[in-house]
Amino acid sequence: MRKYYLLLLFVSIYSCTVFANNHSPKNNPNLPQANAGLQLPAGFTAITVAEGVGRARHIAISPQGTIFYKSSRLVNGKGIFQLIDKNGDGIADSVFGFGNYIGTGIAIKNGYLYASSDEEVFRYKLDAKGNVINPSQPEKIITGLINRHQHESKSIALDNAGNLYVNIGAYSNSCQVNDRTLHSPGRKPCPVLDSAGGIWQFKADKLNQTYGNGIHYAMGLRNVVGLDWNNQTNTLFVMQHGRDQLHDNWPEYFDEKSSAELPAECMYELHKGDNCGWPYIYYDPMQHKKMIAPEFGGDGKQSTTDYNNPVIAFPAHLAPNALMFYTGNQFPEKYKNGAFIAFHGSWNRAPLPQQGYYVVFVPFKNGKPTGKWEIFANGFSGKDVIESTRQADHRPCGLAQAPDGSLYVTDDVKGTIYKISYKK
Amino acid sequence: MIKKIVTGVSILAMAIMVLSFNQNQVSASIARGKQVYNKVCLSCHMIDGGGVPNINPPLAQSSYVVGDKKRIIAIVLNGMTDRIAIDDEYYSNNMAPHSDLTDEEIADVLTYVRNSFGNKASVVTVAEVKVVRSMKK
Ligand code: HEC
Repeated sequence: MRKYYLLLLFVSIYSCTVFANNHSPKNNPNLPQANAGLQLPAGFTAITVAEGVGRARHIAISPQGTIFYKSSRLVNGKGIFQLIDKNGDGIADSVFGFGNYIGTGIAIKNGYLYASSDEEVFRYKLDAKGNVINPSQPEKIITGLINRHQHESKSIALDNAGNLYVNIGAYSNSCQVNDRTLHSPGRKPCPVLDSAGGIWQFKADKLNQTYGNGIHYAMGLRNVVGLDWNNQTNTLFVMQHGRDQLHDNWPEYFDEKSSAELPAECMYELHKGDNCGWPYIYYDPMQHKKMIAPEFGGDGKQSTTDYNNPVIAFPAHLAPNALMFYTGNQFPEKYKNGAFIAFHGSWNRAPLPQQGYYVVFVPFKNGKPTGKWEIFANGFSGKDVIESTRQADHRPCGLAQAPDGSLYVTDDVKGTIYKISYKK
Repeated sequence: MIKKIVTGVSILAMAIMVLSFNQNQVSASIARGKQVYNKVCLSCHMIDGGGVPNINPPLAQSSYVVGDKKRIIAIVLNGMTDRIAIDDEYYSNNMAPHSDLTDEEIADVLTYVRNSFGNKASVVTVAEVKVVRSMKK
């Protein structure tokens, strides 16, 4: 009998050890991970400051440090959220929701918070503390923008001369007669371009503007989600989402591999009247050339010198959802005036593995990218390999700089808000 | 008595043969359907049928996929741009018509998706596809 007790004791001690091992911090997903699960350059740290409310798209931070983000899904009827941090420990205790519309765009300029739905742009006056004075009664600045669901988000940026820029994405992949259909030819001239597939400029302080009041600032941009005003060059920079489905629709010219690697995701510096060439061309990052799209007679080999050149090109389909020039003093000198880009992560690389799901840094000098881009923050997806986009735990979508120079990153899968800081 | 047993056994054997023949046909249809899926549908609906959040709906755990067969046959033939809620979510992409696929290819691919990614539902037959295709005209 005694033997049995000993055995029992032994077994229970053994299972306790196994149990304990299984719940060590490394294996337990419920315990906080170092740097909120992100990999960062030396000297940088990350924490999660909020989690779980809505699908956090773009984010804006006032000079006073109040933080707002736009959600693409309503939570209790609200689509804009302000982080509330009563004890001042830098981590939100709760969120304050307002704005009864979904959307992506949000920005702060000259004492106003601007936010977009997928058809309109509103603004809210901020008080001296950076809080919204009248959350339920915004001013409607822009109305009646096209939303045909595909590429529907209306990202916004403001310059220093009282203008607001809105992306109106093309409701089409490549302006085919039948969208995304095998061998369907392109429409020339592309009728989408009169009211979408470009950037429009409006006044930041005039009510109820629509197409007739705005300036068709730049055309031939399929869909821009990330854009930012560069205060050094005084110009607008945008990141285009390049076209999809070269192999699906034109298998005789593109195999699955080339379709996964074409076309580049491009950064453009825009001036009024620019044309970046969508849908007629796409950019080949290996050949560094603007190629004629197959819908318009191209065969993967014919190039053209027409249209704007990108200032820098990135791998295909990574989905650049935010662009932000860093003007803070907290990060090391090399980051000053350079660009951060949040790559939401791909879907159109299948059957090859997906890529992206990271924040990139592009060094700039005198308003031009210098040298190579590098991955700045990685690990959002929580997986080594993503075969199917839904496997990503988090997808970076928005970027904002806080008054102290730290960088905030949003995630629209779980509504996580990350804060990245640097200490010498 | 012996006669009865022999008849009983042979009927049983025939029934098993018919059933397994059907089962073989179903597996063959699923195998062909997988090839159609990989070529035509995978790029949007993904290798695991998970779709792409907010862009392309999942076929895994989709009430559409395991629901009314006529409806999904029509979706493959005519495409889908309805933007209606699919299991409480909205998707922004356009699905193109795939009426260039043969009746058999459509039956196969739908039989495949109805029996993959955790789905379990009855087969889609060529005859059922024919009916929906003729309604379109
Ligand atoms: C270009 C991307 C694309 C391709 C290729 C594609 N689909 Fe779809 N599919 C979609 C989108 C987007 C929707 C939803 C459209 C909407 O909400 O209006 C959809 C909807 C569906 C639905 C109904 C909704 C659901 O989630 O169950 C089914 C079933 C379906 N597709 C099956 C297929 C099959 C089978 C194929 C291959 C023959 C295919 N699709 C090819 C994008 C695609």
